Amino acid sequence: MLEIKNLHANINGKEILKGLSLSVRPGEIHAIMGPNGAGKSTLSSVLTGNPAFEVTQGKITFMGKDLLELAPEERANEGIFLSFQYPVEIPGVSMVNFMRTAINEQRKYRGLEPIAATDFLRLMREKKELVEMDNKLTNRSVNEGFSGGEKKRNEIFQMAMLEPRLAILDETDSGLDIDALRIVANGVNKLKSPDNASIVITHYQRLLDYIVPDFVHVLYDGRIVKSGTKELALELEEKGYDWIKKEVEKAP
Amino acid sequence: MKEINNEANFNSSLVGRLGGVEYINLYKQYNEDIKAHSASVLNAGRDASFELFEELGFPTSKLENYKYTDLTEPLSVDYGLNINRVKIPVNPYEVFKCDVPGIHSYLYFVLNDGFYPVHDERNDELPQGVIIGSLSEISKSHPELVEKYYGKLSAKQKDGLVAFNGAFAQDGFFMYVPENVQMDRPVQLVNIMRSDVDFMANSHNLVIVEKGAKAQLLVCDHTMDDVRFISNRVTEVFVDENASYEHYKLENTHTRTTNLSTLLIEQKESSSVLANVITLHNGITRNTIEIDVNGEHCETLLCGMVIGDKKQQVDNFTSVIHSKPNCHSTELFKYVLDDVAKGGFTGKLYVARDAQKTQAYQTNKNILLNRTAKMRTKPQLEIYADDVKCSHGATIGQLDESALFYIRQRGIPEKEARLLLMFAFTADVIENIRIDALQDRIKMLVEKRLRGELSKCEGCVICQ
Ligand SMILES: Nc1ncnc2c1ncn2[C@@H]1O[C@H](COP(=O)(O)OP(=O)(O)OP(=O)(O)O)[C@@H](O)[C@H]1O
Ligand SMILES: [Mg+2]
Repeated sequence: MLEIKNLHANINGKEILKGLSLSVRPGEIHAIMGPNGAGKSTLSSVLTGNPAFEVTQGKITFMGKDLLELAPEERANEGIFLSFQYPVEIPGVSMVNFMRTAINEQRKYRGLEPIAATDFLRLMREKKELVEMDNKLTNRSVNEGFSGGEKKRNEIFQMAMLEPRLAILDETDSGLDIDALRIVANGVNKLKSPDNASIVITHYQRLLDYIVPDFVHVLYDGRIVKSGTKELALELEEKGYDWIKKEVEKAP
Repeated sequence: MKEINNEANFNSSLVGRLGGVEYINLYKQYNEDIKAHSASVLNAGRDASFELFEELGFPTSKLENYKYTDLTEPLSVDYGLNINRVKIPVNPYEVFKCDVPGIHSYLYFVLNDGFYPVHDERNDELPQGVIIGSLSEISKSHPELVEKYYGKLSAKQKDGLVAFNGAFAQDGFFMYVPENVQMDRPVQLVNIMRSDVDFMANSHNLVIVEKGAKAQLLVCDHTMDDVRFISNRVTEVFVDENASYEHYKLENTHTRTTNLSTLLIEQKESSSVLANVITLHNGITRNTIEIDVNGEHCETLLCGMVIGDKKQQVDNFTSVIHSKPNCHSTELFKYVLDDVAKGGFTGKLYVARDAQKTQAYQTNKNILLNRTAKMRTKPQLEIYADDVKCSHGATIGQLDESALFYIRQRGIPEKEARLLLMFAFTADVIENIRIDALQDRIKMLVEKRLRGELSKCEGCVICQ
């Protein structure tokens, strides 16, 4: 469903992604690991169309469409969801209004009528239960004054509301307490289906105990330099990245 | 400028000339007519005001307090004045369909420069003792009441526009809420400009809220005809001990309007005042707002917002004066400016030496939607007491790009995302509207306005 080929991307004229390729099929879970600053969040920004980044080379297709041609909102409505590493606070925009607007825009994109008020409330309730999210949070402005963990949980709540085809979770596990980690992972697993896929960016093997990946990739210096199965994550946990860096440097 | 003294020459036109001199001559020439069509209480200080105006003239942008308002162009227009109080052939109760659902206000009009005298049965249920009506009429029927207050705040102002108003204003809106009377419904005053020729209106409003009384006033400024208008209005408000007063001003005028308005409020001990000044659409606007917190344990909340595009100009010049200890004031102004709109904000905060334990907070935040819109903001703090908590902050910026992207990532198109952010930006000012029906309506009007639609209420033919 997602095909990334030789992707190069800049921010402020500095090249961050340097020829990245990755392919994701429906039903798969891909974990991406890699040292700080390797370009993991840059990849998620580029996939979702963040205008701060400039793609200089390469191609991305999603469900047969040229993703780079689409605006961020179109990509979202095609079914790409990003759980932000740093969710943004938006004072003055209520969670309820935000979610209703998002759901209705998605429905409009798909040629559907706006959601009925009662259906919307039921959906909110259902999804809040799924991620065990406190009512107090959904009654506030988007992420405003939320704790780090609450923000992450709110990302998963939004994901549950929007039911994406491809979810990109950028370090959703960092900042979560142990219970929250389990709840969030459960949320992700419940949304899993043969038609959906996930890209899980993480630094910790621990998350992958809950969300079991089909593939593990190492992103280093703007490229995917190693791919494997979930055992690779265990190996990284044990040995760190130095051996991979050395392998990369040895290669021509 | 021309003087309009009968229907026939309502449309006659004299050659336009610049500035104060012509008005000075006009005043001298029509001194008796001006007084004859007003009331003696209002005439008492008229010549003194005139002399002050002779001395000061119209303010120019060279004056520190008028840095952000340039009246050269609007004052070069040849306006008519209705000194002999010729009746304007329009019934505002018929054309003004104020459909703020559920507001149930007591509704009054000032048509150009005079209180519109037609009786409306909606106003029959005023609480016992409350007096609302024409300032000049009530100056005749209750001279001792008006005398006690009229000009008491405005005469202290060293301001050309206020002096001009004192010389020329013959009428206006009057409201008296006696001791311990709590108004059950808001009072609404609609200022309507209606004329076939370029026109100037001066009016003076007087609001008295006695001890322990409670009142809410909504002032709406509208224009009806596609001519040049200039209005120069002064409102004096006296809020006595333990009284509570809310003042909402909503401007929705056309781009050929120059709206000069001075709001002077005096607060006595343990009183509470909320003033919320909203400019949705306009031409050139200058709001001078001064709140004199002249009693202990007062609460003051002064807010405002501006949505400006095209060539609109709005200058809010505000002063909060803390003369007594133990008071708490908050000021919050927000501007959203697009195209070549210009905004100005001055926040004067004066804390007298005796005003210990004052808490005063001031915020002015502004969003410029492009590079051509301009905002100038100036906090001006003079604090002479040492045991106080005061703060001020001003920001000028664009919409938050990371928030914009976050919203778009959830499938909301850029235009809607911008709208959400702009609307959110104004939310805390709108929250400070404590009349629910009005708050809902203003939310709707602001949203329409931000969408670039005309922000008038359905069914009303007032706004152009
Ligand atoms: N706005 C920017 N201007 C300049 N450089 C930037 C900007 N944003 C990111 N970078 C740089 O791009 C590189 C990749 O950043 P990215 O956020 O993609 O890393 P990451 O792999 O997600 O790291 P982490 O594990 O710490 O989240 C880093 O060196 C970072 O400093
Ligand atoms: Mg990152």
